[in-house]
Amino acid sequence: MQSVARSQSAVGPHTAAPKDATLIYRQSRWTRLTHWLWAISLFFMLLSGLQIFNARPQLYIGKESGFAYNNTIFAIGAENTANGPRGYTEIFGKRFDTTGVLGWSGPAGRETSRAFPSWATIPSYYDLGTARVVHFFFAWILTTTLVVWLIASLINGHLRRDLVPRIADLRRLPRDIVDHARLKFHHTREYNTLQKMAYGGVMLVLLPLMIITGLAMSPSMNAALPFLNDLLGGRQTARTIHFIVMLLLVAFFIIHMLMILAAGPINELRSIITGWSRTDPPAHGSKTPQRDA
Amino acid sequence: MPKFVISRRKFLTSASLGISGIMLSGCDAFDSQLGVGDGLRSFLEGANGLTWRAQRLLAGDSLAPEFTEADIRQPQRPNGVTAPDDDVYKGLLANDFADWRLEISGLVEKPLSLTREQLMNMPSRTQITRHDCVEGWSCIAKWTGTPLSLVLDQAVVKPQARYVMFHCLDTIDRSLSGDIKYYGSIDLIDARHPQTILAYGLNGKPLPVENGAPLRVRVERQIGYKMPKYLRRIELVDSFAAIGGGRGGYWEDNGYDWYGGI
Repeated sequence: MQSVARSQSAVGPHTAAPKDATLIYRQSRWTRLTHWLWAISLFFMLLSGLQIFNARPQLYIGKESGFAYNNTIFAIGAENTANGPRGYTEIFGKRFDTTGVLGWSGPAGRETSRAFPSWATIPSYYDLGTARVVHFFFAWILTTTLVVWLIASLINGHLRRDLVPRIADLRRLPRDIVDHARLKFHHTREYNTLQKMAYGGVMLVLLPLMIITGLAMSPSMNAALPFLNDLLGGRQTARTIHFIVMLLLVAFFIIHMLMILAAGPINELRSIITGWSRTDPPAHGSKTPQRDA
Repeated sequence: MPKFVISRRKFLTSASLGISGIMLSGCDAFDSQLGVGDGLRSFLEGANGLTWRAQRLLAGDSLAPEFTEADIRQPQRPNGVTAPDDDVYKGLLANDFADWRLEISGLVEKPLSLTREQLMNMPSRTQITRHDCVEGWSCIAKWTGTPLSLVLDQAVVKPQARYVMFHCLDTIDRSLSGDIKYYGSIDLIDARHPQTILAYGLNGKPLPVENGAPLRVRVERQIGYKMPKYLRRIELVDSFAAIGGGRGGYWEDNGYDWYGGI
């Protein structure tokens, strides 16, 4: 027990170590600060982004949007039918009725034609100019935070130590998937393989790709970095990728919330707000769950 | 130190509770703070100035990508006003713009009044570029016109000039004080950019009415609303505080960012 207590004071900056030996200092203040900056930025960027999308609720593949030819792969719209106006979503030419949510939505009797519904956009009414103001403000916050975090994580070893999966992690992957499927969670200081893949995937793949495809839509950045759209397959393809990455981030958010609920929301919230997390008590005779700092 | 941690903890807890509350109550929670002139709105708009400076630094005097004839696969999609209903405009159109003049005024040594023929007799530039509408669509077309920098040189811009204002012939909106004709502005860096042309030709033909006949500006490193159509007058100014709502353009006065490079 003595060694456990010592390693706690080594990993935690707090002078008053908790009496409970299973409480460990898991998330550094940088992780917590950047987590909440990203959470707030992504919230506003998603809702303003859906408003921006509503101005042109079609996605195309290529350099431009086809008006005299068809390169549309996704569209949300409204149409008049025998049963009144209906909202639809069209994916690769296949049409689905999405009345009430996508294409045609609003309070009963006052429905309007809009791609994403009012409750999913900022502002709630149609206003492309304002959505752009909100989107680009938080784009600066998100990007600055990610760049600072990347540099700091490379220097302080957070990336290598906690996020990039190792050979041992990959070997553990099948067991990890089974454990998650059974909602059997191990509360340790380190991330498990699926956590490493999810967090690493968001921070090292999805967010950078979001920023790159966002920049690829800027005419001025196209002049500064003309190769961007050549790599991505054209400005309209970049816009489509931007949208798909949004869907992946939303999927990540939903799984993230479900995992927090399943793993114990109080402990998880305490961990990302205060840094302190309750871990499994060390099994008799085995190594302590946390490594030395 | 512990005091700081606790207060931040409280802050983050209430912030996260606040956000969940907002998500539950729907997204009209911010509507009242986001009108033009509101405090929060004005603060967020500050990012546009940062974007302007950052993109000027990164893009320098680089050229917008140019495409090939094979990339022109459709007519240029028109947007905004496509058939001005103004009597003055219709009169000029009836006479194929023979009586139309482009006025260059404001902070210049030699104000000009140019006919379309005079503009077409100046050196021209033809470029195949991609038009990016603020709505999100793009369209590739071939534009021919007079570099704006040549016109500015002829008029001799005064050193105190900062922006180029475009005044147009088409009515975009009506207000209590009368019709509002389209207006917009760019800085002198974009005005003097080699691809910034006063276009009178589109895809090898005279510029059609729906795309801005007789003359529109192309500002290839910005979004479509920064490229006014149906030009009447170009005014060199040191500030646009006195023009329209004072934000530099019709759409800007309606909440769009002044810098449209993004």
